[in-house]
Amino acid sequence: MKKSIKSKPPRQRLFVNARIIDPSQNMDQHGDVLVTRGRIEKIGKDLPRDNLHKSCKIIECRGLILAPGLVDSRVFIGEPGGEHRETIKTAGKAAASGGVTSLVMMPDTDPVIDDVALVEFVRQTALEKSKIRILPAAALSRGLRGEEMTEFGLLKDAGAVCFTDGRKTVENPQMMRRALTYSRDFDGLIMAATRDSSLGGGVMNAGFNATRMGLPGIPREAEIIPLERDMRLVGMTRGKYHASCLSTSDSVDVIKRAKDNKLNVSAGVAVANLALNETDIGSYRTFFKVSPPLRHEDDRQAMIEGIRTGAIDIICSNHDPQDVDTKRLPFAEAADGAIGLESLFAAALRLHHTDGIPLMRLLECLSTAPARRLSLPCGTLTQGAPADMILFDPDMPWIMEEDRLRSRSKNTAFEGARFQGRILKTIVAGRTVFSRDV
Amino acid sequence: MTKSAHSSLNDETKAPAFREKPFSLDHLIGIEGLQPSDITFLLDRADEMVGISRQIEKRRPTLSGRTLINLFFENSTRTQSSFEIAGKRLGMDVINMAVQTSSVKKGETLMDTAVTLNAMQPDLLVVRHNAAGAAELLAQKMGCSVINAGDGAHEHPTQALLDALTIRRSKGRIEGLTVAICGDIVHSRVARSNIHLLNAMGAQVRLIAPSTLIPGGIEELGTSTFHKMEDGLPGCDVVMMLRLQSERMSGAFIPSAREYYRYFGLTAERVALAKSDAIVMHPGPMNRGVEIASPIADGVQSVIVEQVEMGVAVRMAVMEALQLENPVDMA
Repeated sequence: MKKSIKSKPPRQRLFVNARIIDPSQNMDQHGDVLVTRGRIEKIGKDLPRDNLHKSCKIIECRGLILAPGLVDSRVFIGEPGGEHRETIKTAGKAAASGGVTSLVMMPDTDPVIDDVALVEFVRQTALEKSKIRILPAAALSRGLRGEEMTEFGLLKDAGAVCFTDGRKTVENPQMMRRALTYSRDFDGLIMAATRDSSLGGGVMNAGFNATRMGLPGIPREAEIIPLERDMRLVGMTRGKYHASCLSTSDSVDVIKRAKDNKLNVSAGVAVANLALNETDIGSYRTFFKVSPPLRHEDDRQAMIEGIRTGAIDIICSNHDPQDVDTKRLPFAEAADGAIGLESLFAAALRLHHTDGIPLMRLLECLSTAPARRLSLPCGTLTQGAPADMILFDPDMPWIMEEDRLRSRSKNTAFEGARFQGRILKTIVAGRTVFSRDV
Repeated sequence: MTKSAHSSLNDETKAPAFREKPFSLDHLIGIEGLQPSDITFLLDRADEMVGISRQIEKRRPTLSGRTLINLFFENSTRTQSSFEIAGKRLGMDVINMAVQTSSVKKGETLMDTAVTLNAMQPDLLVVRHNAAGAAELLAQKMGCSVINAGDGAHEHPTQALLDALTIRRSKGRIEGLTVAICGDIVHSRVARSNIHLLNAMGAQVRLIAPSTLIPGGIEELGTSTFHKMEDGLPGCDVVMMLRLQSERMSGAFIPSAREYYRYFGLTAERVALAKSDAIVMHPGPMNRGVEIASPIADGVQSVIVEQVEMGVAVRMAVMEALQLENPVDMA
């Protein structure tokens, strides 16, 4: 009975007695949700049960929160080419248990997802192997080399949801200018990493801690300079731009200024940069070596303020599976990256519990905002929308244990972390794809 | 408090569980975090070791039967010999392993080597590696004590201890002295270890270097920074020079060796700015005519040769302290 997303959605499901939070309608009310053929049909108090189809299951939500499923805008998967790190199937399982109902898969694979056949491959594999929606992002430049553009139009038609060079920053401003200009004709979204490879050649946040540990630092300017350059190019081309992961307080200011100038820009932040800071690295713990690097506590606070004020739009997991061979190395030689699909939601909830970010705003950053930015129909519970939902207990305490992880790689920065709030059910197109007995 | 209660309390504090350990560490990874009492303990013991080394019969049976492995991922003849001699003078069997490093596979080699060496049941492992944190990583995987002989730009604790011993023997104290550390601070593990040690022991540390060779945030360690030898040297009791790696001289950090020597080389005129009884130190090997002028390196104020001698004594003291924490045959 293991059904992938490809199979036909259940005919009818009724979720009763839930606290329904939908940021897309600013809705926070108690009631029921009726789902028919994978789409939201009706939301209301005490929906009538006499006209239900005979196969309809009624799901009692016990007053817990039902919200749109999470949309993760930045996920690295090893398939094709690095299946020992993560496959589309294992990423799908990990995502489902973390409440992620749609994820955007970065093109940094081997081969790079830079042509139509590979986009097709990812889409097909995802349809057959995964219970959640895995959406390919196509490379912005062929082979991620930053030299020639990929076929934006054909790739978009094949199902690519945005264009990005993944981990790589587009170094050549002319290339970025052309991509921003050309993508306008297809309403394409350019999603960019912003880390200058020469200035940002270090291995952790520059400053006292890097100095003390004898590690080369990544100055904040290594992110701010490419970001400011890109803002100029967006102003010049009027393209549609998303900075995928920011980490410094100045970056928040840059984005805010660009938005004030009516540029079509948005910004994301990895949950690690909201929940952790550079001191978590401790004694050279490589699971905390991520890109963008964990920054100073002041930067972390600024990112949280960015979420609160709306300067930052999207929270992503920046899920980047790495195996033992690339992580059990001296810090400077270890690969960047940590897995995050399974900790995204719980780690983000820390912002609600300890930093006073309203649940509505948090869910918006995790679901509605990324769905809108990527032009996906999900991230909302309006009538006719796909019934992609999560049911969660915002207060349930739990501890993250490495051997319980579903991801194929175990490089989590949250091993042993104490969390408050947990996903109990993940629903994609009306079907419960993950359920936790409590 | 009655007399009897008092005496019973005294008896209790004499019980083994309450006995003050002379030295409390399993490994020596860095100076950071060491207590001043630990440092003093090691220096006192090293002072005694100097005497042992100056006798004709140098070998002691203190650690006989135990195995010391010198694992060097970076070439260093002098440090490796110093550890080897120290180990042999304490009666240990010493094995030297120079691991050829290919640039990519270094890390794998490190972990694999750790597992392999661990299986050989060494009692002490001395490691030098070009990556910061490598000694820490090994210490987590090895069943024996690990001594860090330099890990990247992180720490080189025995160098700082031998420098401290040299200073103490020359000046009679460390507390209250003003020490200038000059040169390539940013890439120097010697500088970091020395800063931690000198701070812990109450000395004033000045750093003198071109701005490109001063790492960001270093002043948070409690040092003051100067960018001219003429500004930093007056009033110093100790002038500690650092080696400038040749690959740093080619334009990336400073334009050329001759420009460096012009502004930061230790010449007779500059030494004269420090206190008249100031000592000149260098961890070696020296670049004569780059960071230090030959007449100074060989001059009366130089204690560079004594540093090498203290190196053996300090390493003997460290090995003994780490091993006496793991007594095997107490009967």
